[in-house]
Amino acid sequence: MAIDTPAPDVLGAPVKRVEDPKFITGKGRYLDDIKLTGMVHLAILRSPYAHANIRSIDTSTAKSKPGVLAVIVGADIPYNPLPMAWPAGGSAGIQNNVSTPRVLATDSVKWTGEGVAAVVAETPEQAVDALEAIEVDWEPLPAVVDAEAAMKPGAPQLHDNAPNNEVFTWTVGDKDGTDKAIADAEVVVKQRLVNHRLIPNPMEVRGDIGWYNPGTDEYTVWMSSQTPHIQRLLLTAFVTGIPEHKVRCISPDVGGAFGTKIFCYADMALVMFASKLIGGRPVKWVETRRENYQSTIHGRDHITYVEIGGKRDGEITGLRVKTYANLGGRLSTIGPGVPTTLYARVLSGCYKIPNVFAEVTGVYTNTTFVDAYRGAGRPEATYVIERAMDLFANEIGMDKAAIRRKNFIPPDQFPYENPSGLGTASGGAKIYIDSGNYEPALNKALIAAGYDDLAKAKAEAKGRGKLLGMGLSTYIEVCGVAPSKWIGAVGEGWGAAMWESANIRVHLTGKVIATVGTQPQGQGHETTYAQVLSHELGIPMDDIIVQHSDTLGTPFGYGSYGSRSGSVGSTAAIKAAEKVKEKARRYAAHMLEASPDDIEIVGAEYRVKGTPEKKKTLQEIAFALDLGFSLPDGMEPYLDETAYHDTPNCTWPFGTHIAIVEVDEETGETELKRYIAVDDVGKKINPMIVDGQLHGGIAQGVGQALWERAVYSDDGQLLSGSMMDYALPRAAWLPSFELDETVTPSPVNPIGVKGVGEAGAIASTAAVANAVNDALAPLGIGHLDMPYTSQTVWRAIQSAKGVQA
Amino acid sequence: MAEHIALVVNGQRREGDVEPRRMLVQFLREDLELTGTHIGCDTSQCGACTVHVDGQAVKSCTMLAVQADGATVTTIEGMQAADGALHPLQQAFWEKHGLQCGFCTPGMIMAAADLLARNANPTDDEIRHAIEGNICRCTGYHNIVAAIREAARTMPAGATAPPPTPATVNA
Repeated sequence: MAIDTPAPDVLGAPVKRVEDPKFITGKGRYLDDIKLTGMVHLAILRSPYAHANIRSIDTSTAKSKPGVLAVIVGADIPYNPLPMAWPAGGSAGIQNNVSTPRVLATDSVKWTGEGVAAVVAETPEQAVDALEAIEVDWEPLPAVVDAEAAMKPGAPQLHDNAPNNEVFTWTVGDKDGTDKAIADAEVVVKQRLVNHRLIPNPMEVRGDIGWYNPGTDEYTVWMSSQTPHIQRLLLTAFVTGIPEHKVRCISPDVGGAFGTKIFCYADMALVMFASKLIGGRPVKWVETRRENYQSTIHGRDHITYVEIGGKRDGEITGLRVKTYANLGGRLSTIGPGVPTTLYARVLSGCYKIPNVFAEVTGVYTNTTFVDAYRGAGRPEATYVIERAMDLFANEIGMDKAAIRRKNFIPPDQFPYENPSGLGTASGGAKIYIDSGNYEPALNKALIAAGYDDLAKAKAEAKGRGKLLGMGLSTYIEVCGVAPSKWIGAVGEGWGAAMWESANIRVHLTGKVIATVGTQPQGQGHETTYAQVLSHELGIPMDDIIVQHSDTLGTPFGYGSYGSRSGSVGSTAAIKAAEKVKEKARRYAAHMLEASPDDIEIVGAEYRVKGTPEKKKTLQEIAFALDLGFSLPDGMEPYLDETAYHDTPNCTWPFGTHIAIVEVDEETGETELKRYIAVDDVGKKINPMIVDGQLHGGIAQGVGQALWERAVYSDDGQLLSGSMMDYALPRAAWLPSFELDETVTPSPVNPIGVKGVGEAGAIASTAAVANAVNDALAPLGIGHLDMPYTSQTVWRAIQSAKGVQA
Repeated sequence: MAEHIALVVNGQRREGDVEPRRMLVQFLREDLELTGTHIGCDTSQCGACTVHVDGQAVKSCTMLAVQADGATVTTIEGMQAADGALHPLQQAFWEKHGLQCGFCTPGMIMAAADLLARNANPTDDEIRHAIEGNICRCTGYHNIVAAIREAARTMPAGATAPPPTPATVNA
């Protein structure tokens, strides 16, 4: 079994993905592809009103419809409301007025699309048909959809426990110091910024299959989820009361998620309840896209008042922010955590601003709940600070690259604790910005974009009737979440720890099975974990398989979100590999009659130092150790090791993105001409996959700036309620992206990776917004809110020119 | 009242009794268990369900199964050669990282095959317009465009899908 040629080192190589053969041949297995014996189908009746009381529900006709097995209303279900796991302020004692959804609403509905009844039938069509026969006696109530309007006197009230529809008001930073800095500043710029609501739109909608096994009294739930382990915990300990060990959760192939599939949803518990109710046949529910738009979380939706103060030479001395965060009709799993911890704590971005103060008010409105969507709080923060930097530069007539350069945290000042940051939380455990070097990325991006020739480019475009704009976004993000010690101390985050896990078994034949606690949704974990382990163990990638996403057979893990799998997850895998290697070293010493200290490990070979011809391969060691015929005293058979990794800090990717747009002065049509991104995500496990993550994130952020917007009517109907009405980016609307890098390895993990899943989305919205505003600046337009549809831009141009639009 | 339909799917003659309201995509996915064709929306916007009907790309959520009676249909499962060799588009999507979650991929490949059958050497602009009816949320289209460009380069002129092998299987 000796290896003649060592495995090539694949760490850092653009290895083709091992996942792809199934996907390119149509052999992927997503939730809706699963067909189980005896499986039946569930459909949910959703509220047509944004706000209404339920007087009564008559299900008698529906029960007699063809194929119907059960009709369920909220009162039938003895479960608790869904949990809310991340209060604003964590354990700091901030009042959070919590209302979360029930599995089905019982007394009232708070948004159009809240579930009120369900039908289980033999076929999906029969289930949907029978929904129409359910009669609900509604008492419609006035609705409010805008966060500021919801806080005004006389606004419709959603919840008795939330006066003025306030979920919480939370502050961070030094109020007095910031008030003084703003009062004393030579220049202060104020602006109201709307970061509008988005619908995340993974291409695969959500769905679940619940199966109650009456023989064992156990449940299995297949779910299109980013967090099967977390869902088992939440569904058992908080919602259903079913013991945790009696539930198994499985995520099959997941067709995109972008945050939406992190959370605990009512339908997960509903299919469990329904399967038991009908005696144990599996119950499948898959949402339609329209349902997805109403019943899966939305993102963003902030109204922010920003004040930025500083000196005429461009030095920023103070940042004061008030944000109203629209959290929807009831709270999703970590709704309050997004606009607090993940937003206000990184508001000062990559700048050394001595005084920062933010006040955030979470607000109930009659809309779908809002939670973490790709970037989650950090795109909103980046938008605020990057727009504010541009507005300040405009005010003092300073170059937009120069003002950024002047205020960057200098590279010799890391670790850096920002004044609203994670280090300021109580409890002693700190999260600080551990590393960074922002200028090289900015310089590279400026050169690539032709920044020095901007005036010439603008003049050339003007000659064609186009207003050219260039927008910078020098972002940082916090990812690789998060140290459990910090979460435990401050209570911000999940309300649970956030370590990761991996198990590695080297089987008799030398093949490796690694199981991990994270859960991919397109990120290519089966490839990247195998690359890491091939590097660590010296075993070819082909001999390693990575398994995940099933609570049976994988160690508990917190799942994939917050760009954490590369930093936290792969470190757990490396730790497990180190344990494997250590045991293998000890057994190699036994086989070679040497001291373990005299065994050196070179790839998969365990050699006696000084006599390298005396060696055993990891495969030979595994074979002997797994058989266990000749074990030294005290050594257990099998090469099987598990490790848990709690990260000592988050990671801090950064970079400079530049968007170049052209606005047609006649029509208002805005075209993204070029997009340049220089990102520092640390070392890369697979640069091809990293680039792909950036491309997708950039497109989503560009989508927000130019086209996407969830629109409600005043009475709470979702007007952008289908894919025909919600403008997702299409291929012909986007250019190819121009990517480059700097590499500042993260000090918090052995590879030096940071995380890249969200970077593109965090940086790009601000870059495009700054570009459009730069294009419109010659017309005297100081700030225009997104999205920059032709109509919005045309109206702004007409208004600026004094024409009645 | 079910209607009897017979069609050729991926080279095999398939028959079935379908409700008149049954969409082609449901017939393919549920009756024939060809689950590579996906459903991503309910308004014919996303293109995840794109298949070929009589050689043309069609969104199979927009066509009733009964309308496909007598037609020749190719799905993603029919794109590999009889010996299992990947279609040049499948190969190029793999090589160029033209997919992430994989959900839009079958429809994207079928739309791209339709383009390359009509235009063997498309510009990037033509590629982007040809897949405008197919939404991808993961890749920002960058690598999908690169993959289609690569497939156009490697694909023999006139190649589309593998030839049909006659056989009858009841749905």
